[in-house]
Amino acid sequence: MFSEMLIKLWENGIILKGVWETIYMTTLSSLIAYIIGLPLGVVLSVTSGEGIRPIPWLNRVLGLAVNFFRSIPFIILMVAMLPVAKWIVGVSLGNRAMIVMLVIAATPYVARMVESSLKEVDSGVVEAAQSMGTGNQQIVWKVLLPEARPSLATGAVISMVTILGYSAMAATIGGTGLGQIAISYGHQRFQPDVTWCCVFLTVIIVQIIQELGAWTAKKIDKRRRG
Amino acid sequence: MIELRHVGKTYKTADSEIVALEDISISIQDGEIYGIIGLSGAGKSTLVRCINLLERPTAGQVFVDGNEITGMDRRKLLRLRRSIGMIFQNFNLLEQRSVLRNVTFPLEVSGVKGQEAGRRAMELLELVGLSDRAGFYPAQLSGGQKQRVAIARALATNPRYLLCDEATSALDPNTTRSILELLKKINQSLGVTIILITHEMRVIEQICDRVAVLGQSRIAEEGRVSEVLINPRSDIAKELILPEKKKGCEIYGGRRVRLTFHSAYSREPLISRMVLDCQAPVNILYADTKELGGEMYGHMIIGLPAEEHEADRILAWLKKSPVEWCEEV
Ligand SMILES: Nc1ncnc2c1ncn2[C@@H]1O[C@H](COP(=O)(O)OP(=O)(O)OP(=O)(O)O)[C@@H](O)[C@H]1O
Ligand SMILES: [Mg+2]
Repeated sequence: MFSEMLIKLWENGIILKGVWETIYMTTLSSLIAYIIGLPLGVVLSVTSGEGIRPIPWLNRVLGLAVNFFRSIPFIILMVAMLPVAKWIVGVSLGNRAMIVMLVIAATPYVARMVESSLKEVDSGVVEAAQSMGTGNQQIVWKVLLPEARPSLATGAVISMVTILGYSAMAATIGGTGLGQIAISYGHQRFQPDVTWCCVFLTVIIVQIIQELGAWTAKKIDKRRRG
Repeated sequence: MIELRHVGKTYKTADSEIVALEDISISIQDGEIYGIIGLSGAGKSTLVRCINLLERPTAGQVFVDGNEITGMDRRKLLRLRRSIGMIFQNFNLLEQRSVLRNVTFPLEVSGVKGQEAGRRAMELLELVGLSDRAGFYPAQLSGGQKQRVAIARALATNPRYLLCDEATSALDPNTTRSILELLKKINQSLGVTIILITHEMRVIEQICDRVAVLGQSRIAEEGRVSEVLINPRSDIAKELILPEKKKGCEIYGGRRVRLTFHSAYSREPLISRMVLDCQAPVNILYADTKELGGEMYGHMIIGLPAEEHEADRILAWLKKSPVEWCEEV
């Protein structure tokens, strides 16, 4: 029923290792992308025209930079950024380079996600906080971020799934994970069942991220009755 | 005391200028409940936001306790805002915080320690009658309860002033009444000066001492509530005070007279006497009596008979009577 190749890959633990590497890559890249993207998103939302501290020029500059990176297809961005990866982590191949690529591609995406989550916060609530003499910094920490928490969680799930998709493409520059297994064993050695196995496992990982995220978002949201 | 001197606000949009406020000069005395009434778009929200500078006036000055706040630096302004509470039509509670933590919010912001803040917040929830809901979240409360929480929150930092922007407009009449009673209680027991924005006359009637009527971006008239209610001079005030009169008037084609009764003679059968004395029939188009600060007063609009000399007889009779009246046009 299964090809010899698939059975061998499974028995050698290569498939499980691929699963682990995909999860690890995705999580680590998401984490770093959020460390940079979250503050960036906050700045984008705060400095916009409707924000609590409009700074038009800064907003424009950051907005342009974000749009620039967002409009490049990942596969092209990856090739173009090879020298940058080399400069940052010393290599332009392998997992470390791949994480750099993923972070470069995902950070602008994360920033926009965060920005739109924060913009969903009712401006009336922000106004109420201002009427109590709350400074801008406290509004970010005590109003915008906490009030946007469920939406931020939902955004994080979408970002992670996107990053997981990118990570498969990064196999082309020597990254590891399910994408790499699908390409080098399934595609290049004509073993469709290996490819399908990778697809299946990826779908399961995505599903788990989705469910976990949705559950968290619901759990932390206090807006429902009951 | 809060004083606005020649305050103006013009919004600049891409292709036009919108004048929201023009030459507003009012002063609000300590301890009073001051109402500002006007139709939608008159500039009420803009006006009340000019008091704590959530909106910057584009002209004029604002004084709080004799200090000009329009020129204050930001740090001072933030501190000043803690002495001016504000509540809103949509309550604007923090949805992800419990009732208790909504009330402690302004205390946290001004650096009050956790335990102390919690104690103060419980006191305030007691005051607004919601101490049993401390652990609830806003989504689990009714509109009236949300506004009570908002009131408790606005009072947390012991403000001397409370601004209310259409605080009861999203509530039903009974809830409105109980919220207004609460505001009155706060005014009387804590001595908080209240500035209340509304488009509903009954809100003004129920608790305000003085009222300013806002026409299109300008103060049309201002005075003690009883005076303005009994004798509105501006068209906009008449429209707000006697909203129902319009219909009756439109139906009735002839000349009309508006009478105002004071408690001193509201018990006398004046209309009957007038009809008997003049031997002329009148049409009662609108009549209403209200209680204001313990006194009764009433409004009536009558249609004069079509016969010219009968109408003149009635007007002559009214001139000699103690009733305040004027002919409607
Ligand atoms: N940010 C803004 N930009 C441009 N115009 C504005 C802005 N805010 C208010 N206006 C205009 O100013 C005028 C007064 O608005 P305001 O909200 O003060 O009215 P209001 O009396 O509170 O009305 P309502 O009873 O409907 O709340 C309106 O014509 C409105 O369109
Ligand atoms: Mg308004």
